[in-house]
Amino acid sequence: MSDLLYSDVEESLRSSVRDLLTDRADWASVLTRTETEEPYDPALWSALTSDLGLTGLPITEADGGQGASWRETAVVAEELGRSVAATPYLGSAVLATALAIRLGDSDLLRGLATGEQTATLAVSLSQAPGSAFPVAVRHDGAALTGTIRSVADAFVADTLLVPSMGPTEPALFRVDVSSAQLTPVVSLDLTRPLVDVSFDAATGEQIESGHAAAQLLDAALTTGAAILASEQLGAAQRCLDLTVEYLKTRHQFGRPIGSFQALKHRVADVWAGVTQARAVARYAADCLARDDPDASVAASLAQAYCGPVAVKAAEECVQLHGGIGFTWEHPVHLYLKRAKADAIALGTARAHRARLGGLLDLPTS
Amino acid sequence: MAVTADELRERVAQLLADHDPAGDRLGFLRARFDAGLAWVHFPLGLGGLDAPRELQAVVDAELAAANAPDNSPHRIGIGLGMAAPTILVHGSDELRTRLLRPLWTGEQVWCQLFSEPGAGSDLAGLGTRAVRDGDDWVVNGQKVWTSMAHEARWAILVTRTDPTVPKHAGMTYFVCDMTAPGVEVRPLRQLTGEAEFNEVFLDDVRIPDSQRLGDVGNGWRVAQTTLMNERVAIGGGSTPREAGTIAAVTSAWRNRPELRSPGAHDELLRLWIDAEATRLTGQRLRQQLAAGAPGPEGSAAKLAFAKLNQDVSGFELELLGVDGLGYDDWSSDSWSTERPTEVDFLGRSAGYRYLRAKGNSIEGGTSEILRNIISERVLMLPGEPRTDKDVAWKDLPK
Repeated sequence: MSDLLYSDVEESLRSSVRDLLTDRADWASVLTRTETEEPYDPALWSALTSDLGLTGLPITEADGGQGASWRETAVVAEELGRSVAATPYLGSAVLATALAIRLGDSDLLRGLATGEQTATLAVSLSQAPGSAFPVAVRHDGAALTGTIRSVADAFVADTLLVPSMGPTEPALFRVDVSSAQLTPVVSLDLTRPLVDVSFDAATGEQIESGHAAAQLLDAALTTGAAILASEQLGAAQRCLDLTVEYLKTRHQFGRPIGSFQALKHRVADVWAGVTQARAVARYAADCLARDDPDASVAASLAQAYCGPVAVKAAEECVQLHGGIGFTWEHPVHLYLKRAKADAIALGTARAHRARLGGLLDLPTS
Repeated sequence: MAVTADELRERVAQLLADHDPAGDRLGFLRARFDAGLAWVHFPLGLGGLDAPRELQAVVDAELAAANAPDNSPHRIGIGLGMAAPTILVHGSDELRTRLLRPLWTGEQVWCQLFSEPGAGSDLAGLGTRAVRDGDDWVVNGQKVWTSMAHEARWAILVTRTDPTVPKHAGMTYFVCDMTAPGVEVRPLRQLTGEAEFNEVFLDDVRIPDSQRLGDVGNGWRVAQTTLMNERVAIGGGSTPREAGTIAAVTSAWRNRPELRSPGAHDELLRLWIDAEATRLTGQRLRQQLAAGAPGPEGSAAKLAFAKLNQDVSGFELELLGVDGLGYDDWSSDSWSTERPTEVDFLGRSAGYRYLRAKGNSIEGGTSEILRNIISERVLMLPGEPRTDKDVAWKDLPK
């Protein structure tokens, strides 16, 4: 049976991460930073990587990591979702790391674990596990050409892990970011700024080919989808907390608005959704940690459930704050945009439901 | 004897003969007002002819056929729809004569100073103070969510004149000169990036008693007229089938087959049906309101409109996949200087539609308040026990 709780180690980890983020990534600073040339805070990233070792959690000690698991990574993702801070954690510590672990690329793993290297998987953020191998980039020999739209965390990456379609079969390449042209995309979620990545006969090092490359990509996307659910959980919980706090303190009609039954019921519904989302996200993280054969189902279940819960929590947070929730200078819009973008990231709920139909022998007709 | 359609046509013909519609726009509009053809149901001398309200359509049609300029009603909605009816009913002759023509021609733009940070849904809880000082009132406070404040010459303003009585009894309504010393307007940035609205700070602003509308302490009753007109204005626009936010989705579906999936198809049609039901309801409501006074049924239209916009825009963003991850313009450098004059749903990105739609269930009466109105005033269900109606305003928990 899966362990759906949080261990003492995980709670202790949560505490350290939360303290750091409270200190360095309060929402007002996060908001201000989104409209600067440096949306990612390098000092924060350095603290997360070299100080706390958070990028090394699922990496073995032999490869320079913490020798923990994806469960611990999921807790970090929750806290990052809670703070909505802009970091390349998803791209580097989840997607690229998942790929590197399966490849057994010790050099890359060591760099990622220590934070000396940052990488990302060069796919559109919307790329879902179970979808067709992307063909935006094609290669001839080791020369890659093409444009991948809306890639997350490429802006601060040193290394890009690039899926490419060859003359006869797919492959994966490692490409230095200096060989790519990065064009910023005006992003809905300013805390996860996207770029279009272009190659023009760029030189890459092939790291896998054929069916194995497709499987590897899918496994990395599955890991990403499973961990993203924890980020969505963290964001949803924070929205719930903000809403409850507001309902207790905001007075209209001579009483706290939380004393109105209609609002109590709505926030109770959000709580119920978040409670279930927690179980689902924990299950997905636990499956990853044990390399359980149910991981693909767990990941799609997690995305299909937690995505809408996070969006709902954020939307209710806006509405129950009334006018102030509609303003720029209030944090809730950061969560709304993160939740809605995450609902598209690594596959929409609809796409994951369709995928589950295939995995569960529940065909459409 | 009542004015007839034929008489109106004669008057329009006379106006066109005396004033070239292709000439000086403001001159034409002023002449139209003076001829009683601005809003025919208004009294003589105030832009009308005491004519039946339905006959306005006759005048508008005749003038449109002659390519006469209009008063850009979409730009001066607050003045036309909210301030004017209030001034007409509650204003002194002097105020009506002074204010109504430049309001109608658009020479003077109006804004509404009602909501405050502490008084949103509970508008009657507002606290901007007006204290009598000789022939004037001295006003201090802060208003919020004020459209057009940065362009307005006048405002309709509700203040607290007596904090020692229950809240509904201690308010007074004024017309406020927005150029008076002490009035400060600041743009209010919203989650879409730009600033449609403003905060307005009132710091020892002096308002002559002659600019009061209605009796001292009667401000709430005066405000009711204004508010009922606002709710109708937001919910009741005229639209053909597949207009509004649903158009972006149906268009994307038809033009981009790669976006389609069976699950999305079912949801698309569900939303199309909701859009059509909302559209037909709006049409029926407009027919009902054509000659009458606005009633609570307008709340249903606004409720449905907000939900529809939110459901459709939320669906659209996820349908678009990678395109849904982008945005058009956060107005990072321009939000305090470039002020949008209207909401352009279809001209902007899906992300904008999604975010801006969040305001539809908050502005002009939240969907929660509208549900209360429906259940209590239409369905006549008993209200919840109130703890604030008989307490002095100053003693209310805030």
